[in-house]
Amino acid sequence: MSTLAERILGAPAGSFVDRPVDRAFVHDGTGVLTLEAWRRMERDRLACPERLSILFDHIAPANNSTTAALQAELRTFAAEQGLHFSDVGGGICHQLMSEGIVRPGEVVVGADSHTCTLGAFGAFATGVGATDMAAIWASGSTWFRVPATIGVHLDGTLQGAAEAKDIALDYVRRIGMDGGTYMALEFLGEGVRDLSMESRLTIANMAVETGAKAGMFYADDTTARSLAAYGIHTAPQAIEACHYDREITLDLDDLVPLVAAPHRVDNGRPVAEFEGIALDEVFVGTCTNGRHSDLARVAAIVAGRKVAVRTIVVPASRAVLLRAAQSGVLTTLIEAGCTIGPPGCGPCLGAHMGVLGEGEVGLSTANRNFRNRMGVGADYYLCSPATAAASALRGAITAPEGSA
Amino acid sequence: MILQGRAVCLGADVDTDLIIAGRYLRTKDRRVWAEHVFEDLDPALAARMEGAVILAGTNFGCGSSREQAPVALREAGVAGVIAPSFARIFFRNAINVGLPVVECGGVRCSNDAPVSFSPDEGWVEAGGERCTATPLSGRMLDILAHGGLVEYWRAQQ
Repeated sequence: MSTLAERILGAPAGSFVDRPVDRAFVHDGTGVLTLEAWRRMERDRLACPERLSILFDHIAPANNSTTAALQAELRTFAAEQGLHFSDVGGGICHQLMSEGIVRPGEVVVGADSHTCTLGAFGAFATGVGATDMAAIWASGSTWFRVPATIGVHLDGTLQGAAEAKDIALDYVRRIGMDGGTYMALEFLGEGVRDLSMESRLTIANMAVETGAKAGMFYADDTTARSLAAYGIHTAPQAIEACHYDREITLDLDDLVPLVAAPHRVDNGRPVAEFEGIALDEVFVGTCTNGRHSDLARVAAIVAGRKVAVRTIVVPASRAVLLRAAQSGVLTTLIEAGCTIGPPGCGPCLGAHMGVLGEGEVGLSTANRNFRNRMGVGADYYLCSPATAAASALRGAITAPEGSA
Repeated sequence: MILQGRAVCLGADVDTDLIIAGRYLRTKDRRVWAEHVFEDLDPALAARMEGAVILAGTNFGCGSSREQAPVALREAGVAGVIAPSFARIFFRNAINVGLPVVECGGVRCSNDAPVSFSPDEGWVEAGGERCTATPLSGRMLDILAHGGLVEYWRAQQ
C-alpha cells in the first residue's frame, strides 16, 4: 500500500528513480539560467518541447533594460522552439499551470520553489533549480529520491473568519521551517472535502515552507469539477492505507486567523496577539492568495469603505483579473482605494511594485516573510486575505470580523 | 576527495534570499552575485568567502529555488558548505553547479580555523575533532568530479 507520492513515482520511499516529466516550466527569473545551461550542454534539440512552458511572472513587465534584454532572449527562444509561452500580464506560473494544464497523477517540475502548489490536483509537483531543468529540457526526465510522507489530517470545518491560508500557516508552524525537509505532505481527512480547489492550491503552496518536496491532495469530486470546466475529465484517486513517517492533526473547528511574524514563516500566532501594529503597506496577491476567491473576500470586506494605508492588489493571472472585472470585485477594490498591479508575482520577491523601505512594516498574503526579502530593513507579516482586508481598512493589524 | 579551507560560521535557516538578494538576479554576470553574496545577512561576509568553508546551522539554503545562490558562493571562492541539514532544492543545485555540500551535525565552528572534509568518505574535521558526515551518492560525486551537471552531461555525449 502506497502514499500518493510513492504511487505516482512508482517506487517505495527512499528509492532513487529516474522518471519522465509530464510538465516542466520555468519563469523569467529561472529561465535565463536554464537556457544558458541547456546551451552549454550542447544538445541540438529539446527532448519534449510539447511538455515545456516558459511563463513570465517574476519581474514582468521588465523593470529596466537589463531585465528586458534577458526576457527578450527567452521570448525569442520560446517562439523559435514553439513552446507554450505566457508573456507579461499572463500571470504567475503556478496559477497558469492550474488553469486546465496539470492533471492528477502527473509528474510536474518547475524551476520555482512553489511548484508544490500544483500538488492540489493530486499531481507530484516539485521545484528544481535551473541546471536540473536544463537536463529535463535535454532528456525529458529527471531523478528523484522518493520522499517519505507526513500525513496532515484536517478534522472538522473552518469556522468564522478562518480560511485556507490559516490552515497553511498553522501546519507550517506545527511542522516548522525544516520539519518537512526531503518529505512530502499529504492532506487528508473530512476537512478536505469542503475545501475548494482554490483553497487546496493555497494550502499545497506553502508545503515548501516546511522544507517539503511536495504537498498533495488526493483528486476527488472537487478536483474533477474544477478540471471539467477546462474540458478535462479525470477520475478520483483512491486513498490506500499506507505508512506515514509522521502524522499530525489540525482541528479546523478551533482554528483562528493567524499571522506569521517576521522573519520566520513558522512564526504563526493568533492575529489578536498582533492587533494594532501600525502598517505602511498591505499586499494581496501571489501564488498563495492571488486567486479570484481571495480578491472577492477582500472586496467584500472593504466594499463601500476606504483603505487607510497603501494597499496593493495583484491578481494571480489574467483569467483572475478578467473574472474580477466581470464580477465587480475589481470595481469594489478600486473604489476602496486599492492599487491594482498587473498579473504576476508583484513585490513578493522584493524586486519591484511595492518593495518596502527601511523601517517600514508590511502585511502580506504571500508565503515568505524572510528578513530583507520584500524590502531591506523592513518587517513583513503574513496573513490571510480577510485579515489583510480588515487591516487595510484600519492601517494596523486587525482581526477580521467573525474571529473567535 | 579531501577539501579544505577556513571556517566561516553561520546560523540556522539561512535562506537563499539572504545568500543572494532578488534585486541582483537579473544578470548573467556571475561576478555580480559573488560581490553581493550574503549582503542582506552581513555585508562584511563577501570579503571572507575566498577559500572559505561555510559551517552553517540546519536548513541551509531554504526558500527560493534560485540557482544563483550556490553559483554566488562558488564564484566567491567558497570551498564547500557543511550543515546538519540543507533545503533540498539548494542541495541539488549546489551539486549541479559544482559546489561541494556535506550534511554533518555536531561540528564545532570557530571562525577562520582550518576545516577539512571529504564528501566521498563522509567526514568533517574542525578544531582537532573529526565528525562523521553523510557521504554523497555515487551520482552526486560523479557530477561534482566533473565540475557540475552541465560538464557531466557533456562528458556523457
